[in-house]
Amino acid sequence: MQQFPCPWCGNRAEGEFRYAGDAGIDRPERMVDDKAWAQYLHFRRNAKGAAQELWIHSSGCGRWIVLSRDTVTHVVTGSEPMA
Amino acid sequence: MNAVKKHYSGWSVLQEGLRGQTGWTKAWHDRDPAPRYDVVIIGGGGHGLATAYYLARTHGITRVAVIEKGWIGGGNTGRNTTIIRSNYFYPESAALYDLSVSLYEGLSRALNYNIMFSQRGMIEVAHSEAELEMMCRAANAMRINGVDIEIIDRDEVLRLAPLLAADLNVRWPVLGGQIQRRAGVARHDAVAWGYARAADSLGVHIIQNCEVIGVAIERGRVTAIETSRGRIVADRFGMAVAGHSSVLAGMAGFALPLQSYTLQAMVSEPVKPCLDVVVASSSHGAYVSQSDKGELVMGGNLDRCPSYAQRGNFPVTQSVVASLIEMFPAFASLKLMRQWGGIVDTSPDNSPILGPSPMEGLYLNCGWGTGGFKAIPAGGTLFAHILATGRHHPISAPFDLTRFDSGATIDEGHAGVAH
Repeated sequence: MQQFPCPWCGNRAEGEFRYAGDAGIDRPERMVDDKAWAQYLHFRRNAKGAAQELWIHSSGCGRWIVLSRDTVTHVVTGSEPMA
Repeated sequence: MNAVKKHYSGWSVLQEGLRGQTGWTKAWHDRDPAPRYDVVIIGGGGHGLATAYYLARTHGITRVAVIEKGWIGGGNTGRNTTIIRSNYFYPESAALYDLSVSLYEGLSRALNYNIMFSQRGMIEVAHSEAELEMMCRAANAMRINGVDIEIIDRDEVLRLAPLLAADLNVRWPVLGGQIQRRAGVARHDAVAWGYARAADSLGVHIIQNCEVIGVAIERGRVTAIETSRGRIVADRFGMAVAGHSSVLAGMAGFALPLQSYTLQAMVSEPVKPCLDVVVASSSHGAYVSQSDKGELVMGGNLDRCPSYAQRGNFPVTQSVVASLIEMFPAFASLKLMRQWGGIVDTSPDNSPILGPSPMEGLYLNCGWGTGGFKAIPAGGTLFAHILATGRHHPISAPFDLTRFDSGATIDEGHAGVAH
């Protein structure tokens, strides 16, 4: 099993973590049109290669982290606390 | 090169047997790209090849090319577990997938190519009273939509699949199930090859080892594509590239509501016939059928995170095998023979996206997620209609990309384990 680095717990088995979507997606202002809202809700870069992802260390410390992961090689190059 | 068109039949097999198999010709031509076509379809999987066939057959548009970066049918068409069914909840989905099952029923004859569609039936097993009640609700909806679904009791499930764990004192006891008797499995390569051969004989160019590396846009319209084998101009472009839809859309300058995941499948060593239905269980998160070669073909849920690696990660392999053994204890003694993965394009409502893209001249056939194989004939029929007329078919209209703006999504998230 692959090991993921948690900024709080160190290297832990990947099964302890859950994927929770792309990192860095900002919620738009309250009053936006349907198109902008749909872009926020559903439309994604779906990167092939380097990606910044939100994960939660659900079976560990329970904290949210940002994982730098490559979607082709699955190599994880780092993690940091969610801003 | 020899003339391609040779009618396949029992007679031709006999004739060639007497002739020492010397008269067989290639099933389709390996073409070089022409500089210009009426329609170019990007992606030589089942959907792309079927689209080309129906463009030529139904709409008489034969200046068509299918371009494929690898070899035809080498992506998800050749990697899936070949299940064909239409047990979906919403009327829009039922119309789409039932059209597909109906077309599959006549496909071997229509293409003069045996796709080995075996309508052995598919059972979804219920393991709790609550699950059985929800299954009845879904089955009622499906029956109203005209899909052949029946609820069967525990005895019938165990009669049809006698190797299922019958013990009631387990985590997931067999309490009943839902069966679609018209569902089944087919030979996946034959679907790709059959459409390729039939399309080729109608004049379609099938161009392999030809990867799109750029998209030329003039005033908001896609006018040409740059490929590894040169520039190709066309009036309309259709994309049917499954897990790589976002990559291609990115080249054309827009994003899609898709996330690419690996879906794994695996087979055991071959054994004598022991399972003549498809069995799926949402609680276990696994499904299985037995191939004509005798291998148990199995799969489960998506991998845990987005991926473009066509291999899959180990925790899911482990959970599929563990689930299968819990469902069928006798299979514990079998060896796992092969495991592989395909990249599927999942949409937010687990329904496909068909229709125009944000760029004029470029049309979408994507978002099939884990269930694209079963939809190939319908996807091809509808996409050909869209590319030929520039307008939606009534069955494809609800699946337009704009449903995510309007909120009119078709949420099939509960439509079974990854199919």
